[in-house]
Amino acid sequence: MAYSDKVLDHYENPRNVGSLDKADTHVGTGMVGAPACGDVMKLQIRVNDDGVIEDAKFKTYGCGSAIASSSLVTEWLKGKSLDQAMTIKNSDIAEELALPPVKIHCSVLAEDAIKAAIADLKQKQAA
Amino acid sequence: MNIQQTHFELFGLPTTFDLDTKKLDQQYRLLQSEVHPDRFAASADSERRLSLQYATKANEAYQTLKNPLTRARYLLQLKGIDTQEESNTAMPVDFLLQLMEWREALEEAAETANADELEALKKKLREAAKTLQSTLASALDIDRDDAIATETVRKLRFIDKAQQEVDQALEILES
Repeated sequence: MAYSDKVLDHYENPRNVGSLDKADTHVGTGMVGAPACGDVMKLQIRVNDDGVIEDAKFKTYGCGSAIASSSLVTEWLKGKSLDQAMTIKNSDIAEELALPPVKIHCSVLAEDAIKAAIADLKQKQAA
Repeated sequence: MNIQQTHFELFGLPTTFDLDTKKLDQQYRLLQSEVHPDRFAASADSERRLSLQYATKANEAYQTLKNPLTRARYLLQLKGIDTQEESNTAMPVDFLLQLMEWREALEEAAETANADELEALKKKLREAAKTLQSTLASALDIDRDDAIATETVRKLRFIDKAQQEVDQALEILES
């Protein structure tokens, strides 16, 4: 199957690969997995005291579309508030990367990872 | 043979995860010879069509029951439970962390052409699959805990996929 140029670009030069300190109270970690394709995704965000996302990192084991989806969202997340981040939809990701229908679940994985990371952060900050 | 029967009924087996695989093989061969389309070569069209339908069902039922993952999924389906392997991405974090570690090891072993490491990983995954299968046996047959069974099917699907990838990496090394 042919990947779009944007998927290839993110796949070959993934942005923001790596990890943030999981124990930091300003860091939220989201881990999700797609049983059907075996992909695993870890997405981390760090917010400043104003609640703005200043850094995002990811680590994904999966196909090119899953890697590209997570790479793309780390770029999108930076500079956004948590509320803004919550509005990122899998359809936006799929559209930007021109994902074919069989790869839509990769963008769903990225959206769910964002939500999981935000939930983790909120839980930590409420504690 | 009745097209409405469940896969278990078809082979005269109890509806359980723990399965007598020898009996499954025997019953399958028996059924296959009974409904084989060749036996109906001289029969009427309608009967030939029916025999083909039966043979297809028998084959599908056999494949489903033979594999522990598909057997467990089928048992849950019979209870009306969808394992949501396509749509639900929430998994226990400790499981995902472990999986990530294995995927990392796999990637590194494949890149460095380390066959020993791949074999070691293969063994670990096989053990993980075995543990999950015994969890399935107790969740489905003894405790009737559908939530645990569903989660275990989902885990096993990940392990299955990782095993396939280890095998592929080994094949590449051997070729």
